Amino acid sequence: MALWTMVQTLADGMGKSILIYVCTLAGALPLGLLVAFGRMSRVKPLQLIVKFYISVMRGTPLMLQLLVVFFGPYYLFRIPTGSSYRFVAVVIGFILNYAAYFAEIYRGGIEGIPQGQREAAHVLGYSRSRTFLTIILPQVVKRILPAVTNEMITLVKDTSLAFAISYSEMFTLAKKIASSQSTLMPFVIAGVFYYVFNFIVAFLMERCEKRLAYYN
Amino acid sequence: MNILSMQNIRKSFGEREVLKDISLSVAEGQVTAIIGPSGSGKSTLLRCATLLETIDGGSVTYLDKTAAWEEGGKAKYASAQVLREVRSCFGLVFQNFNLFPHFSVLRNVMDAPVHVLGRNKKEVEEEAVALLRRMGLEDHAANYPCQLSGGQQQRVAIARALAMNPKVLFFDEPTSALDPELTAEVLKVIRALAEEKMTMVIVTHEMNFAKLVADHVIFMDGGVIVEEGGPGIIDDPSHARTRAFLNKLEG
Repeated sequence: MALWTMVQTLADGMGKSILIYVCTLAGALPLGLLVAFGRMSRVKPLQLIVKFYISVMRGTPLMLQLLVVFFGPYYLFRIPTGSSYRFVAVVIGFILNYAAYFAEIYRGGIEGIPQGQREAAHVLGYSRSRTFLTIILPQVVKRILPAVTNEMITLVKDTSLAFAISYSEMFTLAKKIASSQSTLMPFVIAGVFYYVFNFIVAFLMERCEKRLAYYN
Repeated sequence: MNILSMQNIRKSFGEREVLKDISLSVAEGQVTAIIGPSGSGKSTLLRCATLLETIDGGSVTYLDKTAAWEEGGKAKYASAQVLREVRSCFGLVFQNFNLFPHFSVLRNVMDAPVHVLGRNKKEVEEEAVALLRRMGLEDHAANYPCQLSGGQQQRVAIARALAMNPKVLFFDEPTSALDPELTAEVLKVIRALAEEKMTMVIVTHEMNFAKLVADHVIFMDGGVIVEEGGPGIIDDPSHARTRAFLNKLEG
């Protein structure tokens, strides 16, 4: 197989990796906030359930979670899943896993805002929702950005775990080509792709951080 | 006319009784200074008055609105709507300023009048600029709190509280986080407000300042008011505990 064909095939796979990536972030970033609220809830049962969810998501391999999400519906409940479910399973698995990590980052950020900020807003008559959205959240975003960047970079590389359920993202294709053509070249190319992708993610996040650097 | 009246306030944190049957009233145009050793309950009293802590017993009334009263041996609070109205009667200046760091100085002052009171933005801006000028901060409107000195930040906090047109302004040790030079500039602003007959309640460790600015001085210790009266009680206390406290301050 010509090098150029290899690059093209992997670039197609990269498109799928990016799709997983974008869908995961679009789902996990907001879901994480909900999970964080549940984790900080004063309703004890809810808090415990969310705590358990987070501990399972963080305590078991992501690859195993993907297998469960993909095979679970059929083996556990005999629900037939079509071939289009492969992609859905990957995204659901990633969202559930990453939401748990994001939730803990959010929680740390929210709890780290001095109580005085809430008190000042309260005395000035701000509603609870307005206090959270305009006073607390912007400060939380600034504080958690480095930690979120870390997760976002890890997620780029974690998309390769989709090979566990044979979803044809880049890494799955790279492995296929490598074994059929007996060459390590696809892995080199995949490595370069991942690196460039992460370089862009890191660059964009750094710009976000700089934009928020006007206060401390 | 009394702007604030607190009757028989009781407050405990767990087993520890912090306020034991405290009553105080604040008349319009009057400056009240609350002094006393740390742990005497003066900050807690202020936090109960500003509804940041809930009382266990007693009553809190602003003008004709009762925020909390005693019913069956327990304190009962008014509806959220009434409490909102009560909150609009007072402003609070914190020891550590608590400015919103991500808002510019001007936005810190303007945000609540515009978004809480729903007032016209242009009108509020004119008032805010005038307030900042009064605080000697007209050149800092576009700056962020982190670019200001502590004294400047505290003056922004005072402007932010005044922008809501409160009937009474509370100060919780407003200069405790500042060095002497910065303390002076904040005290100057508070004195100017006193001259304009702004009703104020100030928890402070600055005895000379209390003497100078207060119409009424309250000395608290161990959760009770030990002594109160005109500013003269600072120089000539009649109670042994007040004397002991004031002597200790003089070293």
